[in-house]
Amino acid sequence: MSKSLSEIDGKGYWAATIRLTISLLVIWFAVSYGAGILFRDFLDQISIGGAPLGFWFAQQGSIYVFVALIFYYCFAMNRLERKFGVEA
Amino acid sequence: MDFWTLFFVVTTFALYIGIAIWARAGSTDDFYVAGHDVHPTVNGMATAADWMSAASFLSMAGLIAFLGYGGSVYLMGWTGGYVLLALLLAPFLREFGKFTVPDFVGDRYYSTAARLIAVICALFVSFTYIAGQMKGVGVAFSGFLGIPFEWGIIIGMAIVFVYATLGGMKGVTYTQVAQYCVLIFAYTVPAMFMSMIITGNPVPQLGFISNAAGTDVSMLEKLNGVVTDLGFLEYTSTNKTMFDVFAITGALMFGTAGLPHVIIRFFTVSSAKNARVSAGWALVFIALLYTTAPAVASFARLNFIDTVNEATYIGDDEDYAARAAEIEAAGGKPVPTWYKDWEPTGLVTFNDLNGDGIMQYRGPNSPDGLPNEVTPSADIFVLANPQIAQLPAWVIGLVVAGGLAAALSTAAGLLMVISSAVSHDICRRTLYPEMSDKTELLVARGAAAGAVVAAGLLGLFASNLGFVAQVVAFAFGLAAASLFPIIFLGIFWKRMNKEGAIASMVFGLVSTFSYIYYFKFVDADPSGWWFGVSPEGIGFVFMWVAAIVGIVVSLVTEAPPQDIQDLVEDIRVPGTRTAHGKADEGMAPMPAE
Repeated sequence: MSKSLSEIDGKGYWAATIRLTISLLVIWFAVSYGAGILFRDFLDQISIGGAPLGFWFAQQGSIYVFVALIFYYCFAMNRLERKFGVEA
Repeated sequence: MDFWTLFFVVTTFALYIGIAIWARAGSTDDFYVAGHDVHPTVNGMATAADWMSAASFLSMAGLIAFLGYGGSVYLMGWTGGYVLLALLLAPFLREFGKFTVPDFVGDRYYSTAARLIAVICALFVSFTYIAGQMKGVGVAFSGFLGIPFEWGIIIGMAIVFVYATLGGMKGVTYTQVAQYCVLIFAYTVPAMFMSMIITGNPVPQLGFISNAAGTDVSMLEKLNGVVTDLGFLEYTSTNKTMFDVFAITGALMFGTAGLPHVIIRFFTVSSAKNARVSAGWALVFIALLYTTAPAVASFARLNFIDTVNEATYIGDDEDYAARAAEIEAAGGKPVPTWYKDWEPTGLVTFNDLNGDGIMQYRGPNSPDGLPNEVTPSADIFVLANPQIAQLPAWVIGLVVAGGLAAALSTAAGLLMVISSAVSHDICRRTLYPEMSDKTELLVARGAAAGAVVAAGLLGLFASNLGFVAQVVAFAFGLAAASLFPIIFLGIFWKRMNKEGAIASMVFGLVSTFSYIYYFKFVDADPSGWWFGVSPEGIGFVFMWVAAIVGIVVSLVTEAPPQDIQDLVEDIRVPGTRTAHGKADEGMAPMPAE
């Protein structure tokens, strides 16, 4: 049975969700637009295996981080939902 | 006609039909959202097939092979959008609990006008996209099976017709799962062989950063050396401006998140929680192909230069075997057999400008001053790779089946958007609100059938115009500028109202459409681009403007009714969704379990 908003701390849950979302989007931005585009020239001075690091982030690394971000989000949201008593 | 190609194509098609018969739809719930009880991992796999089109499978690696670092926009753009979907849209739209994207727009913004504008956006985006898929089907059939292009499209349409009209979203979901398995196998097997040959490491993602086999020079360094020697730009750099790369990546990311056929896949799972996990699985399955693609691209560029550049051409009127032996005996390199196989398709051409019979492949800054004589199309790389790497014949058959799976799965997902826009958004929600579930299911099947035929005709028509590649920019730009801002604001900003949503959608649609149309079809001169942003990237710029327009208009007009504001609070917190008069009077929300 659905609970109504008054029974659970919907406001607190939403504020925590927004905080989590913003921090994850900062990482999302940093690995793609940051490492892959804006700071690529700087990172290219370092190598990962045989690839310049900025180039590698643009073609491989950012994608791995994206996958990790979504699964971390799922994990963190489940934790938030337990904490605030939200039934997902 | 090649035995293995025919074998794989017939077997996979029989499998798709079998699944369609097994997964028939019994209600509108089945037809539009597959009964909303699809397992999140299964939905992730279906989403990956839905998303990865003929362009991802056939053209992307080739584009990256040409563009080098510049091709990164596709890799980041077409994967990063899933982070936005998972964090900003999918779980909330699932909690909202309706069938389509125009459902959300029309109910959240309590307006028939908003619903119909969303229908226009969804139809425009989907039809643009589907023309390319149908063309891909036609090319695969005509290139490999010797069947005329038109018949290729008709066969493809007939297959989609069966499972889309019988099973709706349910049939489409389970065939997409099968299609994902076919396409990922077909993509990674040749890639592993090639990685092994070029770098000695069978994992393409690792081969990409390894040394070239038998040397202590990294594969990418070797490639940089090879391409700059021929007068091309270094592989790891680009001549696009940084802002343009930024804008194109943004347009593709936000466009991905706003594409209706991707969004509706997340309506098929049982809860907001499952929608989140499902987006994660979708990206895992997509990343398998997307992290392989840049490796395939670099290997293909090396292989292409290695086998074609400075080869001695052999004409169609000569005996290939005898002439090749003669050239080799004289210490030369004959044109490879794969080149001769593909030459008739026009995907690769040779124009002997200096008349020496040798194929010079050169870039714009060629150091020896020779002009370029060899022009490969982007599609040739994935298609001819198995032959270039001298892989067995069955691998080639597999690649054809994979390309068809990629095109058909995406076409089916788009057809669901088109048919539900007609039967659900226009008929049931706008014109005939009293329509029974049974009648709507009948109309939905009819609409799906009509949409298949329309898409097929569009594929035939578009192939004559050859404009498919150009208009793909429309789909992403329009989805980013017209749909993304109002869906996002509709969830994250309660104060967003009807007037703001309509203004924002109309602005996004008109501005992006005009810019792309002008700079693609009227005056293609890049010097006129605003802030140096190409038509591919402009959706990203207008998306921000459309959002600001929506916010400003909302602030100067009346706040949305209390019912709507309560609805927004509900969809933010999973498990609290209840019906709200004004927002849900036309259609009750689906339950979440």
